[in-house]
Amino acid sequence: MSNGAQIRRTLVAGLGVSALAVVAGCGSDGSAQSDGGDVVLEFSQWWEPELPDGYFRGLMDQFEEENPGITVELLSGPYASTKEQVVAGAAAGTMSDVVGLDGAWVNDFAGQGSIADLSAVMEEVGYDTSNLASEVQVDGSTYMIPVVNFVYPMFTNDDLLAAAGVDGPPQTRGEFADAAEKISALDESTHGWVLPLSLEAPNGVQNDVMSWVWASGGSMLSDGQPALTGNPDVADGAQFVKDLWDAGVVAPGAFTMKEQDKVEEFTNGRVGMMIDSLAHVNTLRDSNPDLSFSVSALPAEDGYTGERGIPYASWGIGIAENSEHKAEAFKLIEFLMSEGPNADLSEAAHAFPGNTESVPDFVEGDEVFSAAFEIYQDGYPANEFVGLPVAEQLMRDLGEEFQKALDGQQTVDEALAAAQEKWEAKF
Amino acid sequence: MSTTLRPAAASRPAGEPPRGRAARRTPAHQIRRRLTPYGFLSPTGVLLIILMATPIIMVVWYSFMDGVITSDNPAFVGFDNYLEVLANPVFYTAVRNTFVFTGISVVAHFTIGLAFALMLNSPLLGDRTKGLFRALYVLPWLFTVAIVAVLWRLLLNPNGVVNYIFGSLGLTDGQTEWLANPSSALLAVTFINIWAGYPFFMISLLAGLQGIPRDLYEAARVDGAGAWQQFRNITIPQLRPIIISMALLDLIWTSQQFPLIWMTTGGGPINATEVLSTFTYKLAFTSYDFSLASAAAVIVLLLSMVLAFFYVRHQKGRD
Repeated sequence: MSNGAQIRRTLVAGLGVSALAVVAGCGSDGSAQSDGGDVVLEFSQWWEPELPDGYFRGLMDQFEEENPGITVELLSGPYASTKEQVVAGAAAGTMSDVVGLDGAWVNDFAGQGSIADLSAVMEEVGYDTSNLASEVQVDGSTYMIPVVNFVYPMFTNDDLLAAAGVDGPPQTRGEFADAAEKISALDESTHGWVLPLSLEAPNGVQNDVMSWVWASGGSMLSDGQPALTGNPDVADGAQFVKDLWDAGVVAPGAFTMKEQDKVEEFTNGRVGMMIDSLAHVNTLRDSNPDLSFSVSALPAEDGYTGERGIPYASWGIGIAENSEHKAEAFKLIEFLMSEGPNADLSEAAHAFPGNTESVPDFVEGDEVFSAAFEIYQDGYPANEFVGLPVAEQLMRDLGEEFQKALDGQQTVDEALAAAQEKWEAKF
Repeated sequence: MSTTLRPAAASRPAGEPPRGRAARRTPAHQIRRRLTPYGFLSPTGVLLIILMATPIIMVVWYSFMDGVITSDNPAFVGFDNYLEVLANPVFYTAVRNTFVFTGISVVAHFTIGLAFALMLNSPLLGDRTKGLFRALYVLPWLFTVAIVAVLWRLLLNPNGVVNYIFGSLGLTDGQTEWLANPSSALLAVTFINIWAGYPFFMISLLAGLQGIPRDLYEAARVDGAGAWQQFRNITIPQLRPIIISMALLDLIWTSQQFPLIWMTTGGGPINATEVLSTFTYKLAFTSYDFSLASAAAVIVLLLSMVLAFFYVRHQKGRD
């Protein structure tokens, strides 16, 4: 054989081996042990990109300093891709040791056995849960701990309200409908309210529709089962939204509008009111420094005097069942939930802490956040989709039926009955 | 002059043993020689088996099971998942939308692609003008689907540029909800897909047009053929192999389009833009029903295989 031929064959063999190595590499699991015997924890989440540059890595460095022998490898991506990564990891048994979780995913992952029962882990290490603001449980066992909470108060554009002759943020549904009509009457391109109902990310059903029910102390569940029909609270809340729609006070494009579109509409001064995450306060300020806005509790039914539920979303955390380093993984959770780091993280994320002892500085130093914290303390966090099976699909089911009702293809009651039927099949 | 090469063995007297390298052809050597091509092919073969065959076989297997991935003990349920998918009315909406979306897209891709290719091949335009138009027309092809989706969501926003222009010209009231209205959403996403995909046809057909011998047109002109007759009797027949190949490939690709629809409408409003890919995705990633999703995926695979069959047959016919 000539030298050239020999080299070619060696190259081909090398390529073949490399291809096999690449393929084999795809199958490695989520955790690793470095050469020095240190434990390397993989932590997949969507938080790092949403925090100031370098902040979350710095927090992990602090954890590593306090826990010699444990290294944290961050796998960061946008929310949607993290979700797909976690779903794929759960299916393939390659989930990262520590995973950022949304409450809407917990029931499915717990049922699948891909996330660990934290109650058992906490009991094993003797962790005191008294400082945890909340825990997400399935069948009495904790599977997710909310690290920080983002509440969804009502944002009002003060200038638009003033121009429309509305004295202040509406407190009741009646006042809200009246304010929305007055703002919509200002000009053709301005609307009173914005309602994102995209079916790609159907969380508008949770934050912008069902929140009306929770704000008046209502519930969409009865004994943990769907209760969309025969439930005056839900029927009234849904009918209220339909009435706003029929009155023409909702910004156009709602059926494909996503949360970021909603924020954009408000930022540009095209809508007077929106229900949105407190996390967007800085985005609003940065995008439109001239925008004058305030936050307040969601309007309740006229005459309602009870506590108001305020929707929230969490950055939750859990441990993969397949992790070989559950004790070390829980050390990371313990660190993130401890008073100092939890307050720091809340400060950086502009969210409310998951540790009841933590008090982030922004709550006291900023008028908007201070008002929001007051609303949070006066009411109660309400998000009944957390912990439900296939929660996102439940939102989508209701969203589709509700779109039909808004489009005039069926009544609100028919929409709720159709959604109830779909929901029951999934429980 | 012709030369004929004869095998070396034929020039050897009968019964004489082989000499030189041929003398080393032992059975082991011959086996090794026969296996060598397979050795060269093995990396590709291994990759094909792992990356193509295995996932397909797994998905087909999943489609006959219940609760795969999410359950520790999935049970064999035969064709139950297929029956459930076929009993779902949204599936038929998705099939209908897929046909409308794909059919209109492919026809429009071909028509616009051919029109622009003819223009870019025309002797009426100077080289610089052609270069400028070529760069402009190919532009949509250079954007990733995510960029295309974001771009058109902004343009078609009720407060967007399209409504502003149409409203200013008095063509609409300037408040049209192109993507959010159930009656216009499918046509709107189809339009976006046409915009993003016509350059594929244009470039391929332009290459085909440039390969048609000039003397065919000269002969036709001598015979008194007009522009339309030349187009019908020379251009189209000469381009037919490319047109059929492109059309079949475009049918396969467009029928599987997912990201554009997902990022613009998510399959909504209501089910107005639900196609087979979004239907399957929702089953898998929001309902976590991987068995049903696998059954839906196998149905899509079978539909695609029909198109692939015609494509392969056409390609073989050409060879």
